[in-house]
Amino acid sequence: MTARPIPANDGAASPPETADAAALWQEALLCLSLFAVDPGLGLRLAARAGPVRQQALKNLRASLPPGEAWRKLPAGASPAALTGGLDLAASLAAGRPIAEKGLIAASDGGVIVAAMAERMADDAAGLLALALDRGTVPIERDGLSAELPARIGVLALDEGMEEDEAPPHALCERLGLWLSLDGADPRGSAGGHLDAAAIAAARDRLMAVRPDEAGLETICQAAMAFGIVSLRAPHLALRAACASAALAGRHLPGETDIETAIRLVLLPRATTLPGMPQDGNEDDLSAARDEEDGNDATRNEPPQDDVRDRAEETETGEIAPQDETLIEAADAGLPADLLKRLAAMARSRQMPAGGGRKGAFAGRARRGRAIGTRPGDPRRDRLDLVATLRAAAPWQTIRRRERSGRQTDVLPRPLEIRAADIQVRRHRGKAETATIFAVDASGSAALARLAEAKGAVERILAECYVRRDRVALAAFRGTRADVLLPETRSLTRAKRCLAALPAGGGTPLASGILAALDLAKASAREGRTPLIALLTDGRANISLAGAAGRPQAMEDARMAAAAVRASGIAALVIDLAQRPSEAAREIAAAMGASYLALPRADSQALAELVAAAPRGALASRAIARP
Amino acid sequence: MRLAFPFAAIVGQDQMKLALSIAAVDPAIGGVLVFGDRGTGKSTAVRALAAVLPEIEAASCPYRCDPARPDEACETCRGKPKSRRGKARVPVPVVDLPLGATEDRIAGSLDLERALSAGEKRFEPGLLARANRGFLYIDEINLLEDHLVDLLLDVAASGENVVEREGLSVRHPARFVLVGSGNPEEGELRPQLLDRFGLSVEVKTPTDLATRIEVVKRRDAFERDPAGFTARFEAENDAVRGAILAARERLANVAVPDETLEKAAQLSIRLGTDGLRGELTLMRAARALAALQGGAEVGWPHLAELAPLALSHRLRRDPLDEAGSATRVTRAVGELAAA
Repeated sequence: MTARPIPANDGAASPPETADAAALWQEALLCLSLFAVDPGLGLRLAARAGPVRQQALKNLRASLPPGEAWRKLPAGASPAALTGGLDLAASLAAGRPIAEKGLIAASDGGVIVAAMAERMADDAAGLLALALDRGTVPIERDGLSAELPARIGVLALDEGMEEDEAPPHALCERLGLWLSLDGADPRGSAGGHLDAAAIAAARDRLMAVRPDEAGLETICQAAMAFGIVSLRAPHLALRAACASAALAGRHLPGETDIETAIRLVLLPRATTLPGMPQDGNEDDLSAARDEEDGNDATRNEPPQDDVRDRAEETETGEIAPQDETLIEAADAGLPADLLKRLAAMARSRQMPAGGGRKGAFAGRARRGRAIGTRPGDPRRDRLDLVATLRAAAPWQTIRRRERSGRQTDVLPRPLEIRAADIQVRRHRGKAETATIFAVDASGSAALARLAEAKGAVERILAECYVRRDRVALAAFRGTRADVLLPETRSLTRAKRCLAALPAGGGTPLASGILAALDLAKASAREGRTPLIALLTDGRANISLAGAAGRPQAMEDARMAAAAVRASGIAALVIDLAQRPSEAAREIAAAMGASYLALPRADSQALAELVAAAPRGALASRAIARP
Repeated sequence: MRLAFPFAAIVGQDQMKLALSIAAVDPAIGGVLVFGDRGTGKSTAVRALAAVLPEIEAASCPYRCDPARPDEACETCRGKPKSRRGKARVPVPVVDLPLGATEDRIAGSLDLERALSAGEKRFEPGLLARANRGFLYIDEINLLEDHLVDLLLDVAASGENVVEREGLSVRHPARFVLVGSGNPEEGELRPQLLDRFGLSVEVKTPTDLATRIEVVKRRDAFERDPAGFTARFEAENDAVRGAILAARERLANVAVPDETLEKAAQLSIRLGTDGLRGELTLMRAARALAALQGGAEVGWPHLAELAPLALSHRLRRDPLDEAGSATRVTRAVGELAAA
């Protein structure tokens, strides 16, 4: 699960109180000043580009010593730009290799501002991580080999709006402070600036600040209570506490400093909260939190206002619910951004068939973002001219000499490039997502709730439409499963299929699961990222062979579920039973799938539990709903 | 040169430390793969290793040829009489292969300076040359580009690096222990690559508070005063180095009874591991472990301890078995012990 910086209030749903917005701005200033005191802490700043973020960056920059580097890192920067390499023009002119400092080494002692960090490539993040870990950056490129000092602070500007749109894990992990500017407003707050003199004084003091045992223990305890696995987080929190103490003129981090560090470093990473049941209700918590994220907007607005595709727009008009209560029932059971979270899940899990790369990326895409170069054939891939020149540069003197020895060559050639020099670009295309529905249309429990199930599917379909996902539909009843709709982008067809779906008969659950798995695997082979959504009560009574009998049917279903798990395809089980059933839960566990009961009876209980849990002021604003 | 966190100061993570120590005792183990959660000190452990490795005798060539093994010498050494090849004690190289390294720097290529200024074709050894007789470490190995992975596998298998380009033709020894680390969330490794690693370790973050506090405390102490902290653990680091050195000397004399060989074979058959590589690695690793512990022969306890490290990454995926591979190996070990 990807934790995100907790938006500092309820967000877009209601206009923030001015006093509240000013308080949030003060909190942001505190966070920025800690970063200014110790840039090595790292800062992940979640905010849309806009006047508030601009103000924050301006304040931060003004508080840093004027001589320190402040370098922008564009989202698509190549590893070469980060590490540096051969300065082509200078080397050719001088007749000897001249190194060009990369962005990381050039920022030594200063700050790298990573723009649109949510789009940063993994290899770029890997290099930043290496520099953060070691304080140096190795260059092993273009015939150069060196290790340059790189004590950098990284400020990642995270504009990601969705769960699966976050800066690379390797980087986030090493950035201590996670701040969201959502709802913060610099207007109306007096003293809304950072005190450069105080920060300079704090920097001088920082080396002398030492935490005591008790502070260290509190931080480690808090990290555990928040369910934070990595040990980097408590370590960074400790550093933040020291920065806070230095800022306040203390040589020993006090309770306030520890609390500040926990609030700014640990809380945004929390995967669970103290007082929550530990038995896997994590999803429910994040659902609760997601609802607080202000994502309710997407949930209340039907997707019709998309004007990109007129034809589809009218089609989706039909998706409008015929039965309000039915849809409401389904709505109650489904978190607003179910698919988003599923997609994040699919990305973090792997497609074993896909090999050693991210499942969500097509193997040899020729479009999409360039992620590097390699020797190759320009007839098959796109030529990278600069890289080719770089590869050819060292050979020029040698080749010129060789050529002058030959009499036949009379053409004056300023530059000699041979096949072995040719470098081509490697691209990575973002793959599409496909949602595969497997709907239990048997008579057992589904009959009573099939209408609601249909409502649930329609809700997810609407979300698919917004995301431009593909969908496929399989249903199982009687003795077999049928593919009602092969993968398509036409949601109208999906909806029509669903409406016409008859119900009744036995529950051949294993066949249903395997049919969905086949569809998902076919989709993965096409380079897409499939998700399986299985709607069932889990009470299988028809075996894979089509014979009646519960034990064998359940056994087969478990086997089929295990096959889904082994395939690494992300899955979700929506329980259709009247009460959350053990059977469906068991199948979900065997599939390695998320489990949701429809509707959830526990949402109220959960909200109460969350509200009752003790925590900092920011957390209660962010998580507890009035 | 920046100081590395002392190996002996790493809290817990016994399997990871054991696997690295075994590779230090017997480099023929064939590499160590460390996979697991972020922030568990994977790269810290590997980078800490250099300081506990005993020095080696090396000729004065760029590849640090072993004077005791003339048959493995490089072309430079072969061209000289033995007396003039040089001999010095040097530290074992632990070379970092950073993401973004280009193929020419890994394999070695034209000496830029000479080529540009004098138009001279001369080979400049790369990272593979620097890693000869030592360790080559790749963090985030699952993010490494495929064509570089292929290059590394090829060289690791043959022990030799060959560069052929426009009249530049060099072949030099490149025997190294490949150490890879990564986070499974970023992507799994290709099975072909998995199988090349002798030992694999899955690391988890410690879950008890006291251990976690100790880890954070030591990290903080190290960052505040690297030199002082390193000095505090110098004696312990020396002890680790001494143990590795002693084990190396003992290694050739550790006996492998037929009975143990048979047990290893039975274990491999029970688990259905492909080929003999797993069995051989298990035996070698068990022998190194026995040597580390000062034992005279390899016994069942050595096999049992190392079986998960040597075999779990070689199992075929079993879609019907939900337990992890390591659990399956442990189960098989238990069954065999009971039999």
